[in-house]
Amino acid sequence: MTGKTPRAELAIANLRRICEEDLRGQYELQIIDVLENPQLAEDDKILATPTLIKRLPPPLRRVIGDLSDKEKVLLGLEVRPDLLNADSSEPVEDP
Amino acid sequence: MIEQAEQQPLQKLVTGIPSFDVIAKGGLPKNRTTLVSGTAGSGKTVFAMHFIAAGIQDANENGVFITFEESPADIRQNVHGFGWDIKKWEREGKFAFVDASPEPDLETVESGSFDLSALLARVQNAVKKVNAKRVSVDSLGAVFSQFSDQATVRRELYRIAIALKQMGVTALLTAERANDYGPIARFGVEEFIADNVMVLRNVLEAENRRRTIEILKFRGTDHQKGEIPFTIVPGTGIVVIPMSAMQLRQKSSNIRISSGNPELDAMCGGGFFRDSVILISGATGTGKTLTVTQFLQGGAAAGERCLLLAFEESREQLFRNAIGWGIDFEKMENEGSLRVICDYPEVAGLEDWLVSIQKTVNEFKPKRVALDSLSALERVGTDKSFREFVIGFTSFIKHQEITGLFTSTTPNLMGGPSITEAHISTLTDSIILLRYVEMFGEMKRGITVLKMRGSIHDKEIREFTIDHAGMHLGRAFRNVTGILAGAPVHVSPSDVERIWELFDEEKRLHKPAGDDS
Repeated sequence: MTGKTPRAELAIANLRRICEEDLRGQYELQIIDVLENPQLAEDDKILATPTLIKRLPPPLRRVIGDLSDKEKVLLGLEVRPDLLNADSSEPVEDP
Repeated sequence: MIEQAEQQPLQKLVTGIPSFDVIAKGGLPKNRTTLVSGTAGSGKTVFAMHFIAAGIQDANENGVFITFEESPADIRQNVHGFGWDIKKWEREGKFAFVDASPEPDLETVESGSFDLSALLARVQNAVKKVNAKRVSVDSLGAVFSQFSDQATVRRELYRIAIALKQMGVTALLTAERANDYGPIARFGVEEFIADNVMVLRNVLEAENRRRTIEILKFRGTDHQKGEIPFTIVPGTGIVVIPMSAMQLRQKSSNIRISSGNPELDAMCGGGFFRDSVILISGATGTGKTLTVTQFLQGGAAAGERCLLLAFEESREQLFRNAIGWGIDFEKMENEGSLRVICDYPEVAGLEDWLVSIQKTVNEFKPKRVALDSLSALERVGTDKSFREFVIGFTSFIKHQEITGLFTSTTPNLMGGPSITEAHISTLTDSIILLRYVEMFGEMKRGITVLKMRGSIHDKEIREFTIDHAGMHLGRAFRNVTGILAGAPVHVSPSDVERIWELFDEEKRLHKPAGDDS
C-alpha cells in the first residue's frame, strides 16, 4: 500500500476477514508501505496499490484493489476450493 | 503559480536531438509534459530514449525511463546501436529504469478499486535517486492494456502527469495511434494528459517510407508548423531535417573559381562563384560527367578538396572515363584532394542520403561537391522528399561556402526539360545546358549558359567537341535556330545576317539615308 489511506485500511480489513474466515487463520501476512520502501515495489514491479501478493504456496499470484470482491480474491489467489466455506458466495459488506 | 507563469515567458529545455530544437524553437517547454504520438514503427521509443540520452551525453541532465512495453533488457540492447550505453549510465547513477513492462506469466486479478500510487512512488524514487531532469514514459497505451478498469487508469495517468510537473522534470510521454492521419491517440484521452502534443509519422508514399515529425501544439509558446521530415541514423538516433530553418540566409560570394575549363569560364563571365550551385542539364552522353570531371580537376589543381557523389556509374567506370579525358582520379585521391562516393541511390532513403552526405562533408571538408546525377536520386523518393532533399542539400553546401555542381539527365535526346529541373531550377544559381544538335546527318553537341546569377555571361549556343584532352568549345551555332526546343532548323547565312541587322541599332543608324526603304 501507499500510506494509511482509507482504501489501504479497507483492503487490510477485507483481507484479514477473508484470511480468518476462509483460510481458517492459516496465513502469514506482511504489510509493506511503498512510500517508505519504494525499492521493494521496484523489485516486485508493483504498479497498483493496494496489491496483494501470494508467495506461498506456489504459484505466485497477485490481486490488486481494495479486495472488496471476496470471490475474486480467492480466485486470484488460487487457494484450494476445499478451504472455501459454504457462505463464500455471500457479498461482502462495504463498510 | 499561475501569476508567476504570466510574468515570465515559458522556458524551454534544449533537448540536444539534432535539429529538433530548431523546429521546436529552442526545445521542449521546460517542466511540462509533452505527448509524442505515432503509429507502430514511427520512432516513438527511439525519440523517447534519445531525449534521455541527449540529456546525459550533452547537457549533464540525468534521466528516468519508464517502460510499460519492452523490458529494460530489450531496450538496452535495442538502443546500443545508437551509441547509448545504458548499462554504463546506470552504473554511473545517471540513468534509471522504472520497469512496468508486463509479465506474461504472472496473472493479476482486480478486486475492487485501486490506484497507481505504487508506480508513482517508484517514479519519484527513481527521479530522486539519479537526480533526474528528464523523464520518458513509453507508452501510455500500454498502461491501459494492463488494467481492465480504464476509468481508473485515465484518472491515475492524469495524476502522474501532474506529479511529474511538481517534481520539476521535463517529461515525454509516448502514445500509439492506429493511423498516420486520424485520432491523435488510441484511447482518445492521451492528448489531454499532456500539455504539448507532437506527432511522428511514417507514411508509405509510392512504395517509399517517409518519416515526419509535426508539433501539433505547444501550450503558451511558439514552434514551427507542419510536417517536417526526420530520419533515424545508426550511431546518432533521431535527426530532424528542418527546411524552413535553412532558407536564404547564406552570404553571397564574389570570388570566382575555375570550372576546370578556361573556355567555359570565359562563357560564364570568368568562372563560377565560390558559393554557387550549378546545374548541368543534358541528355545521356552529352558530356555531363565530363563537365563534372573537369570541375573536380579544376578544384584539385587549385588545391581545393573535392567530393564526388556518383549515383550512376561505378568507381571503375568513372576512373576509366577520367583517364580517357586525361585526368587521373586515382592520383587525386591518393593526394587527398578527391573523395569519391559511389553507390546505388536505392540503398537508402533521401533523408538518409542527406544526413550521410552532410556527415561526409563535415568530415572531409571539401570546397567543391559534385553530384552525378540528381535524376538518379529522384527515383528513390517521392516528389516531396526529392524537393526537400534538393533544398536541404543546396542550402547546406551554401552555408559551408562550397561550390556545388549537380547534373540532371533530360529524358529526350533533343531539347526538352525534365521534372528534376522544374523542381530545382529556382534553387540553382547557374544553369548550363548541354544539347545534341542534329546537322546534316551528324550529331553535334551544343553548350549554353542559360542562367548565371549576379554575372554577365555568354548567351550564345556554342558547339563543343570531346577528345582525349576533354571538352573543347568551338564557334556558336549561328545559322541554326530551335536547338533548345529540340527541333533545330537551318537558316541561310543571308537570313541570319538580316535578322542580326534588325537588332543592331548602330548599324542601322549609320547606314546612308537613301538605303532605308
